[in-house]
Amino acid sequence: MDNAYDGLTDAGEEKHWAFGTGFTAALAGVDRAIPDADRDSLTAYCLMLGDDALIYSQRLAEWCSRAPELEEDVALANIALDLLGQARLLLSRAAEIEGVGRDEDALAYLRDEREFRNVRLAEIDCGPGPGGDFGTTIARLLIFSTWRLAVFQRLVTSADPVLAAVAAKGIKELAYHRDHAAQWVLRLAGGTEYSRERIVAGLDRVWAFTEELFATHRVEAALPGIAVDPASARAEFDQVIDTVLNAAGLDRPQVKQVAALAGQAGRDGVHTAAMGFLLAELQHIARSMPGARW
Amino acid sequence: MTKSSWPLYEVFVRGKRGLNHVHVGSLHAPDDEMALRNARDLYTRRNEGVSIWVVKAEAITASSPDEKDPFFAPSGDKVYRHPTFYAIPEDVPHL
Repeated sequence: MDNAYDGLTDAGEEKHWAFGTGFTAALAGVDRAIPDADRDSLTAYCLMLGDDALIYSQRLAEWCSRAPELEEDVALANIALDLLGQARLLLSRAAEIEGVGRDEDALAYLRDEREFRNVRLAEIDCGPGPGGDFGTTIARLLIFSTWRLAVFQRLVTSADPVLAAVAAKGIKELAYHRDHAAQWVLRLAGGTEYSRERIVAGLDRVWAFTEELFATHRVEAALPGIAVDPASARAEFDQVIDTVLNAAGLDRPQVKQVAALAGQAGRDGVHTAAMGFLLAELQHIARSMPGARW
Repeated sequence: MTKSSWPLYEVFVRGKRGLNHVHVGSLHAPDDEMALRNARDLYTRRNEGVSIWVVKAEAITASSPDEKDPFFAPSGDKVYRHPTFYAIPEDVPHL
């Protein structure tokens, strides 16, 4: 083989690309029939899962060019892109079910803070910069991906064929995200005294947002057979987290949970102070140049 | 852990229809397991691979350009080492 890339190509008609072919569309062939359920609840549920991915993806993207190593830079960007892909599928589904002519872009760029239904864990600033550090970022990745994977594993049997397909696709991605986080938790905990200090501080910081992840929302309760009750994912989450923490020689954080406001939290559009700044960065070009294409 | 302490690894990827692993590049990683994961993230993002090998660059012994002639020139005139002097059955792949 003269050229290394020759060995990487699919032998086939796609001669245009030097290497890496055989791609498939994410939900090719999936039935898009809308199940018989309350439309508002189903739209809201797709937004919940989609917003978690979109907002967290934006946070991870902030590490682009700022990670401790080039390799980690690409790893975090890959994870962000996986989640952005999930967000696109879920926001498109939300738009389809809502049926008022909004598309995924309108939902991502033109909604206001109160209309976003992501959990607050996704939006808090864990760095880079003064909001956190690499340890906090890895701690959030472990908590978020362990939780989302456990939920998606239950979502594969959803009566909504699109949600089931998104979950089936997402499971493979999230399993890798979780593994990446767990690998780093082990190394930071077992590295130097300083690195251990940082991962312990990071876990304490993000742990305060875990209870919210498992609170059953009325939207989820209104969609039996379609939505996953996150409370049902708690035991698996605990078991995975304990396994990782035990291997790393760390204790489970004992911190006070960040309270909901009058019973409302991220799922109801009640967010932390960080959310407005995040949305400003996410949305300002789309809003200041409506309809722009590039 | 300082940056300079991360060793260099060489990465070999086997494509979906490739028969053998081919060298695709290098990377830095704190240890073997992370090297494998970094390789996945850096070198198989475009659906290239089904298998990855990583090896510490320092573990590779390479021929030197200075030795090019004594190493490789002697085989240059020995065409009879190729199986070109008998008929090759058409259904034998990958010769």
